[in-house]
Amino acid sequence: MVGLGHYLSVAAILFAIGTAGIFLNRKNVIIVLMSIELMLLGVNINLVAFSQFLGDLVGQVFAFMVLTVAAAEAAIGLAILVAYFRNRGDIAVEDANFMKN
Amino acid sequence: MVATAAFYLFAFGAIASAICVVSSKNPVHSVLFLISTFIMTAGLFVLMGAEYLAMLLVVVYVGAVAVLFLFVVMMLDVDFVELKQGFLKYLPIGGALAGLVVFELIMVVFVWAFPTDAELARAHPSPKAAETVANPSGANNIEEFGLVLYTDYIHHFQVAGMVLLVAMIGAIVLTLREREGLKRQDPVAQVARKRDEAVAVVKVPTGQGL
Repeated sequence: MVGLGHYLSVAAILFAIGTAGIFLNRKNVIIVLMSIELMLLGVNINLVAFSQFLGDLVGQVFAFMVLTVAAAEAAIGLAILVAYFRNRGDIAVEDANFMKN
Repeated sequence: MVATAAFYLFAFGAIASAICVVSSKNPVHSVLFLISTFIMTAGLFVLMGAEYLAMLLVVVYVGAVAVLFLFVVMMLDVDFVELKQGFLKYLPIGGALAGLVVFELIMVVFVWAFPTDAELARAHPSPKAAETVANPSGANNIEEFGLVLYTDYIHHFQVAGMVLLVAMIGAIVLTLREREGLKRQDPVAQVARKRDEAVAVVKVPTGQGL
């Protein structure tokens, strides 16, 4: 029988993969953004699992909010990336320092 | 039995796809694996009875966000192999951190005592909470979700709309640029034209042409 713990474990693993993805692909901002999406997905699984387990739909409403914010974040992040690419000609974040000098 | 098999299929599919997202060399493949992860998670949502969120995940994430990623990845002319350089260097610390996070979160799951039905009933004693119990009267998830979202959480819903509006304006402002030498329509100049500037009546001599 699949219980709450199974879903929470899947959510935890997805969240951890997202965390690791941010570390492993530090140079590639696109993959970093995708890793953030994976982390938010893990959080959403958590919310929906608890909503189902506690019999309270408010968790799903909150998951809906997270989904909205994630979509907005992806749009803004990619827009920043495109603007950055236009100015620099690449997307290497390691030498993103024009505010310093 | 079928539900258990479906759970393991979707769970392992989602995890395997997620690992491929962070480890694949080509970012286009990463985006495709991201789409696969989203679809698998939508399956998990259906198993949990959250059909509306499952459909939303497929429509919004696969249909909009992932396609946006795909578009940007293909539009940017970047040497992605070079960007992959530090992968092995960061693998020990990244892997250790991920292992730690998984260990802690799953330990929480196993150590935490789940409330029994009686305790749940005590935690949600009000009739209002009983109304929002998922699927109490055989009504489907979308109906129930709408009843909660459009009544008690209508302000949250509108704030979500504002967030999307701000994101849309922000994305347009960030990426809009004025380009040189572009021929544009100027409605003000068009409307402000007088008859004298536009029409000339010429007396043409017969047989000579203009």
